[in-house]
Order: sequence, then C-alpha cells, then structure tokens
Amino acid sequence: MLITGAVATTAGLVVAVPRLHDDRIPQAALLAAALFVASLVSVPAGPVSVHLLLNGVMGLVLGWAALPAVVVALVMQMAFFGFGGVLSLGVNAFNIGAPALLCGLLLRPWLRAAGARGAVAIGAVAGFVGVAGTAVLLGLSLTLSGEGFGPAARVIALAYLPLAAVEAVVSGAAIGFVRRVSPELLLGEEVR
Amino acid sequence: MALLGVTAYPTAGAAWLAERDPRLRIVGAVAFALTIVALQALSTLLVALVLASAGALLLGVPTGALVWRLLALEGLMLVLVVSLPITVPGPAAAHVAGVALSWPGLHQGAEILLTASAVMVGTLALLATLDAARLGYALARLHVPARLVHLFLFTVRYVGVLQGEYQRLRRAMRARAFVAGNNRHSWRSFGWLFGMLLVRGLERSRRVHDAMRCRGFEGRFRLAHDQHWERGDTLAAMVWLILLGALLGWEQL
Repeated sequence: MLITGAVATTAGLVVAVPRLHDDRIPQAALLAAALFVASLVSVPAGPVSVHLLLNGVMGLVLGWAALPAVVVALVMQMAFFGFGGVLSLGVNAFNIGAPALLCGLLLRPWLRAAGARGAVAIGAVAGFVGVAGTAVLLGLSLTLSGEGFGPAARVIALAYLPLAAVEAVVSGAAIGFVRRVSPELLLGEEVR
Repeated sequence: MALLGVTAYPTAGAAWLAERDPRLRIVGAVAFALTIVALQALSTLLVALVLASAGALLLGVPTGALVWRLLALEGLMLVLVVSLPITVPGPAAAHVAGVALSWPGLHQGAEILLTASAVMVGTLALLATLDAARLGYALARLHVPARLVHLFLFTVRYVGVLQGEYQRLRRAMRARAFVAGNNRHSWRSFGWLFGMLLVRGLERSRRVHDAMRCRGFEGRFRLAHDQHWERGDTLAAMVWLILLGALLGWEQL
C-alpha cells in the first residue's frame, strides 16, 4: 500500500512538476504557504475543533501545481511537527492530492466562466469533493492494507463527513471572496 | 551560509550531528523507517521505540514535545487499535461486554501502534532537528527535482510571513468582537479570512517575482551547499547500518 501510494504520487509529480513554470514558482509557493497557514487554524465544527484540509481550494487555485504543493506541505509537516512518517508520505500525498487535482481539472474551467454566486457554489463543491475524496481514498488505503481494517476504515471515513460540510461552507466563502476581490488569481496560468 | 532559521527544535542537534552531511540524516531516517516496518516482534519494536526516543531526547527534542506528539498520534490511531481485536478472527483473549477480543487482533493493534510511534519518533529525531534550508539543499543533492526544492524553500520562507499576516487579520476580527462559533456566520468569516490570505499571498508573490526579475532571475537558482561527505559521515553511516542490522538480526534469534 505504501509502495502503491509512493508510485502514484511520483507518477503524478512527473506530470505536474514540468508544468510548474519557473516563473510561477513564487506564486505557487506563496499560495501554498497561505493555505498551509489556513490549515493550521482550528475551526469549530460541532462539539470539536477541526483543522481544514483545503485541498479543494488548493486544486482550484493552483491547478496542476496543487500536487507538488501538497507534497511540500506534507514534508513541512513531517519536518516541523513530526506528523506522518517518511514512508506514508506517498500514500498521504496521493490521498490529499488526487482530489485536489480532480477539483482543479474539472472545476477550474467552470470557475473561469462563473459569476460571483457561481464561484461560491463551485468553491463549496470543491471543498466537499476535496474532503470526501480524501476520506474515501483513506478508507480504501486502510481496507486494502489489511482485512481487519475494514470496519475502522468506515468509521474513520464517516468521521470526515462533518468536516466535509464545514469545509464546503468555508471553501465556498473563500473562493467567492477571491472571485470578487482578485479574480485574476482564479484565471489561472498567470505569468507576469 | 544564510539559512532560513526555520527549525522545529532549533536548540537541538548535538554538535557532532550538526557537522554530518544532512543527506545522511534523510537516508538514515528512511532506512530506519524501512527497518521498523520489517520488524514484527513486539519486543524488538519496543526496543526500537525506546532507542528512537532516547535518541530524540539526546538530540535535544524537548521531552514535552515528544510526549505530546506521541499522544496526538495514539489519538489518531485509537479507532484502528480499538477495532482490530474485535474484527480480526482468532482465539479470544478476553470478553468485554459480550464482545470477544482476539489475540491476533490485540497483537496486530499493538504492532501497528509501536511501528507508527517508532517511525514518527525516528523521523522527529533525525529531521525535525534539521534546518529547513539544509533539508531542502540535501534533497536537491539527493536528486529531487530542482523545481520541487525551490517550491519547498519558497514555501518554508513565506509560511512565517503569512502566519504574521494571519495573526494581524485575526486580531482585526477580534477587535470587531468576532468569536468563532458553530454557525454559518463564523464559517463564512473564516472563508473570507482565508480568501484574504490568498489575495495577500498573491500580492506578495508579485513583489517577490519582480524583485527576482530585477536581479536577473532566469529560472534557476544556485543551490548553496557547504557540507560535504567526510570520513565521519561514512563512520556514522556504518554505525547506523550495524544498529539497524542488529535490530533485524535480533528478531531472527
């Protein structure tokens, strides 16, 4: 499982990294840093506080660059906080990065044409898809790595549902805000 | 060399380790993790965890931080470890509220918990005590693509800046009596806050980009490295290999 994840992430990076034009590195890095900071904020969700994944927003804002950004964020988490092991990096990056890419590739073209309200809706969809996708992939990786994990995997995946709901509201607001204040951020491949 | 000065535990790192080639630590951490995953006996795993913890403390990771990280990890794994004795079939070790807890399940749960803890502590000891810039340079010298390394270094550099930006914005919200609660208003406010962070990030990236252009940036940075492989590194690598080999060998006994 760890190997499959590592291979999938590496394959994704082989496609994504050449698309990251040198001129766009500062922009991608600053946006990735902004989302990293945002994901450290604890947001109330029901009786507990949660940290948002924001991988849906990442996909919308960064497109293909979302995958390298996820890898960088995970390496930073590992190096600074000791979260996650060196070996699970590949699986984790895939579980978070693949939904981000999905949002980026499917929803970003729509976002370009969307108005202010449409942007909120698309952001909300991306927020939900990002978290739900990660929950499903996480459950799958657990189930595939051992039969005894099945029930636990389902419990863990279900626990992501409230997070997905909160993330949808927050992501929708964030994307709607950016659409109104700085639409060029969403128009993509901006090279100055 | 100008370093970013971003280290999880900056006081950490015994002098002899700080002088070692940082590539050694990265490869060492991966080798350690691979070894741990290959181990199966609970006793060996426990020994590895104790060794890793001792190493982490020796290298200057604060005791409180270590305990806190471990507790956070055990919390995450709780669902998994509690469910395994119930779901894995096998002879029952005990009955709790009419549910049989199987030996293989208990064993598997303990094994996963120890494995994850040992790998995490090992990573913490070897990588969290390393300056982020050195980590980036070392990754580049391990043939990680330069663009990825640049992205990493830039992100590390500006996380602190945007953290400050976030705190300013949050203070402004507090001044307007914002208290985070379980309601649409709060979540939308967080969304706008994150949106503002993105906008500020974009503005900042333009200035960074302009500044780079002014200095003749043409798509490549030179990656400085002031540390080379020395005899001490070979020695450290050999000691490390012997240690890992001993762990693996002990289990065969």
